[in-house]
Amino acid sequence: MTDPRADTVSVTDRTHPVAAGTSVVAAHFLGQTAVFVLGDEALLLVEPKGEPRRVVVHGGAILATAADGKRVISGGDDGKVVATDAAGHAITLAADAKHRWIDHVALASDGAVAWSAGKTAYVQAKELRQFEAPSTVGGLAFLPKGFRLAVAHYNGATLWFPNAPQATPETLEWKGSHLSATISPDGRFLVTAMQEPMLHGWRLTDAKHMRMSGYTARVTSLGWTVGGHWLATSGSAQLILWPFQGKDGPMGKEPRVLSPSQNRVTAVACHLRQEIVAAGYGDGMILFVRIDDGAEILAKKPGPAPVSALAWSSDGKVFAFGTEDGDAGILDLA
Amino acid sequence: MSEQVSAEKVPVTVLTGYLGAGKTTLLNRILSEPHGKKYAVIVNEFGEIGIDNDLVVGADEEVFEMNNGCICCTVRGDLVRILDGLMRRKGKFDAVIVETTGLADPAPVAQTFFVDENVGRKTRLDAVVTVADAKWLKERLKDAPEAKNQIAFADVILINKTDLVSPEELADVEGRIRAINPYARVHRTERAQIPLSEILDRNAFDLDRILDIEPDFLGAGDDHDHHHDHDQHDDHGHDHAHNHGGLKHYHDEEMQSVSIKTDKPLDPDKFFPWVQNLVQTEGPNILRCKGILSFKNDDDRFVFQGVHMILDGDHQRPWNKDEKRDSRLVFIGRNLPEEAIRQGFETCIA
Repeated sequence: MTDPRADTVSVTDRTHPVAAGTSVVAAHFLGQTAVFVLGDEALLLVEPKGEPRRVVVHGGAILATAADGKRVISGGDDGKVVATDAAGHAITLAADAKHRWIDHVALASDGAVAWSAGKTAYVQAKELRQFEAPSTVGGLAFLPKGFRLAVAHYNGATLWFPNAPQATPETLEWKGSHLSATISPDGRFLVTAMQEPMLHGWRLTDAKHMRMSGYTARVTSLGWTVGGHWLATSGSAQLILWPFQGKDGPMGKEPRVLSPSQNRVTAVACHLRQEIVAAGYGDGMILFVRIDDGAEILAKKPGPAPVSALAWSSDGKVFAFGTEDGDAGILDLA
Repeated sequence: MSEQVSAEKVPVTVLTGYLGAGKTTLLNRILSEPHGKKYAVIVNEFGEIGIDNDLVVGADEEVFEMNNGCICCTVRGDLVRILDGLMRRKGKFDAVIVETTGLADPAPVAQTFFVDENVGRKTRLDAVVTVADAKWLKERLKDAPEAKNQIAFADVILINKTDLVSPEELADVEGRIRAINPYARVHRTERAQIPLSEILDRNAFDLDRILDIEPDFLGAGDDHDHHHDHDQHDDHGHDHAHNHGGLKHYHDEEMQSVSIKTDKPLDPDKFFPWVQNLVQTEGPNILRCKGILSFKNDDDRFVFQGVHMILDGDHQRPWNKDEKRDSRLVFIGRNLPEEAIRQGFETCIA
């Protein structure tokens, strides 16, 4: 088979390989330090031009992570919620009394941490607050303002004010299983990925529904481009971008479809300064895609395993990737 | 999907059985045998306790409907979540065992593997193993639809606690099981004692292994097919109790199997619309189906299987030269319109 991207501009020569040793399930940046979340129980911290440092943070698999540039928050199947900084100092924020799996974690802009175990969502701010969802929590996302947490579950999502226990949480209904949650950076839209290969969205001002379908697989990776203009998603053999510029979001609009391949997009990560999205594919290829004109740069050639983790540093000068079989690397783009 | 890929998938065995039949005994037996393997065990949070394994995960048995226009397409949401999590520590265990509650319907568990791609890509449903209480199953079949579902759905059935019943009672309960599901492998056990090879790594949902869709008990010899009256049973007495001799034939009013066979090639353009329509209309009643098909002008065997409305099929391999090219189908379900199914199938002959 001919390589359809043989003529694409490539930056693969800027890759510093990282020996992850096991599958990489997520990646983050703490400043310029790349953090690879490994499939076993450790984080792999790699400073610029430094040696990888393995930090064991859980006594089992890491099920969920979130990061805000200062800390990586992780939830494990050991029932613990752990915060790790760029120096590799890990502190346990919480431990589930029944050792239940910590399925999801989320970070608020003010540093508050949320997590869920089964049907219960927790927020640790000044006090520990908890919320019983009607069914197992599928995803968590803080709204950018007002200290409010979106909790996805079966048949919809609930918006919960952790600091107002007397207030009735607002429930947004849509039948089915909602498996992850994300809030647009302007706080106007909540989008969930469903068990079916589709997204569901609500405009929070009036709970108006948005159905975003047409995928060939469950959407497992999504991200907002700079300014929240687009929602980039995996789950199709192209990079799918839903427009969120207008007041109606993607209602009645077609998504932008870029960088088709024979393989599905398995991971996406949006550049934090420019409208550029990194798209990782099922064949191990990674492309940097400019939304404006669809221009592509090859960041990683196809390899044996699907891309499972992508991250940009906040200044966009460093990029990290990982695959299901532990192929990992850092690209210096400065 | 190539065989190599499927060989790497982690096998998942589903243990079902009505309350008190001996599921936990079997589970502990699996875990304690010196097999050198590590199992991850998914149990119901509120189920029976006392499982000695360091990788035990509590599940909620949350069942929900898929939004795919298929009313009986229910999946276990908790399994999607737990298997996703377990696969992150792949390599730390060799297989997964899902123990369901006594009241659980096995279908949503099985459908989870067909419907969720992430689950299906990394794990494979190996078999549904049902533990039945030799003494009480007969009663449960009358008053508990779940018990009947579990028997009808099973690939392997253990008639457990055989030491608590007489040989006559045992033959009776086996006859009742056969009336519902003649295709499962049936074992008689005390305290769930059984070689693990009989319940693990069965590949019962592997399309490549859909070979034995002949009823298991017919393999013992067709000669006793004709004298299953009550007297014959009494004459045989104890001697034949262990080789299915003297098995009573029952007819279950509600749950049956329909088996169809033809040596004439089928027309795929007629067969697929027919079977699709059949599972669309009768899906809620069809618990399981499977088949090996011979199409006209096609040198490859086609194999398929299904759970309720979900069908999964593929060309398997070329027919061997010395192999008889015939088509065989089996449907197990509730109140199946046998005549309509047979007539419909006839129209698919090329």
